[in-house]
Amino acid sequence: MSDAAKAPGAIMKQNLWTSNPIFMQVLGICSALAVTNLLSNTMIMTIGVVFVTAMSSLTVSLLKSLIPRKVRMVVQTLIIAFYVIIVDIVLRAYLPEISRNLGPYVGLIITNCIIMGRAEAFAQSNGPVLSFWDGMTSGMGYMGVLLTIALVRELLGFGSLFGFQVLPAGFEPWIIMVMPPSAFFLIGLIVWIGKTIMHRQGEPVLEGE
Amino acid sequence: MAPDIPLISLFLASIFTSNILLANFLGMCSFIAISKDMNSSNGLGLAVVVVLTFTTAVNWAVLNYVLIPLDLVYLRFIVFIIVIASVVQMLEMIIDRVSQTLYLSLGIFLPLITVNCAILGVSLFMEIRQYTFVQSTVYGLGSGLGWWLAIMALSAIRKKTEKSKVPAGLQGAGLTFITIGFMAMAFIGFTGLLQVQ
Repeated sequence: MSDAAKAPGAIMKQNLWTSNPIFMQVLGICSALAVTNLLSNTMIMTIGVVFVTAMSSLTVSLLKSLIPRKVRMVVQTLIIAFYVIIVDIVLRAYLPEISRNLGPYVGLIITNCIIMGRAEAFAQSNGPVLSFWDGMTSGMGYMGVLLTIALVRELLGFGSLFGFQVLPAGFEPWIIMVMPPSAFFLIGLIVWIGKTIMHRQGEPVLEGE
Repeated sequence: MAPDIPLISLFLASIFTSNILLANFLGMCSFIAISKDMNSSNGLGLAVVVVLTFTTAVNWAVLNYVLIPLDLVYLRFIVFIIVIASVVQMLEMIIDRVSQTLYLSLGIFLPLITVNCAILGVSLFMEIRQYTFVQSTVYGLGSGLGWWLAIMALSAIRKKTEKSKVPAGLQGAGLTFITIGFMAMAFIGFTGLLQVQ
C-alpha cells in the first residue's frame, strides 16, 4: 500500500482496482466463495462484509490511541466479532431464509483477512473518516468480484438471475457451475483478466501473498 | 442430536467428499500463501490437524456446557475465537516444553492458525449440524487431515508448474486458482464413494 495515496478518490481507485483485495492481494476469499452460487445470497453476504469492514475500520481508527500495541490484534478481532454478531442477529430476525442458506459463512466474516488487513494497514495510522471510506471501498472491491462470479454461476447453473428465470426453458443448466470447482475456475479467470489489463496499462502490479 | 452417522463414514467424508478446503472453501488464505513451499505446507498441514482436533472438541464442550445452558449462543463467534486463540497458545507452550524439534518445525505456523478460517468454520459446522462429542472430534480430525492432504497435493503441483511458461497475467494467483479448480473436480469423483452432510 503506497502511503502517497491519501485522497478519497485515489483510495477508492486503489481499493476497487489497482489493489483490489481479491485479485491483487488474494485476501479474504475464504468466507465468501461458497456463497457465490446464488446472486441474492452473495448480495446479502457482501453487504454484510462492506458493513463490517467499514464499521470496524472506523472503530479501530477511533480507538487507536487507546489500544496498547501488544494486544491490538485481540482487540481488533473482538471489534470485528462485535459487528459480525450484529449482522448475524439482523439477518436472523429479518431474513431467516437467507440466514439459513448462508449457514456458518456469516460467522466466518470474522476471519476474513480483508477486514483485519484494512484495520491493521490503514485504520491504525489514519483518521476515522478516511478509515471508514477505505474500509467501505475495500469491501466494495470485494463485492464487485464476488457478484461477477455469482452472476456467471447463477446464470449458467440455474438459468436465472436473483431467482428469476431469464434464459429460455430449453436451456440446459451447466451442472459444473453449481458445484464448487467452478468458483475456483472463475476466480482464476478474473484474476487473469484483471492482471492482463493491468499489464497492458503499464500499472505496477503488486504481487499478492 | 445429529442423526446416527457411522463414525467411519463421517471421517472419510470429511477428508474426501466434503473436504473442508475444496468443497467448503475454508482456509484459503494461508493455503494459497504457504503452498509455494512444500516443507512449510507439511508443517502447516500438521499443525492444522492438531489444532482442529483440539479446538473442535473444546468448542463442543464450551458450547454444550456453557453457552447453551446460559442461553448465550449468540456470543458463540467471540467465544469460539477466544477458545481457538487460547488453545493455539497452550499448544505452543506444551510443544515447546515437550519437543524442541517439533517446536522448531511447527512453532512458526501456530500463530498463523488462529486466523485460519477452517478452524472457526469447522466449529460452526459442528454447531449447525449438532454433532455429538465423539462425532465432533472425528469430524475435526478428518477435516484437518483433508486440509493437509489438499495443501500437500497443491504444493506438489505448484512445484511442477513453477517452471512452465504461462501468460504473464496468469502467473501466481490465477494459475493457482485454476489448479485448485481441477483438484476440486478430482475430489468430486469421490462423491460416489459416500455422501454425508
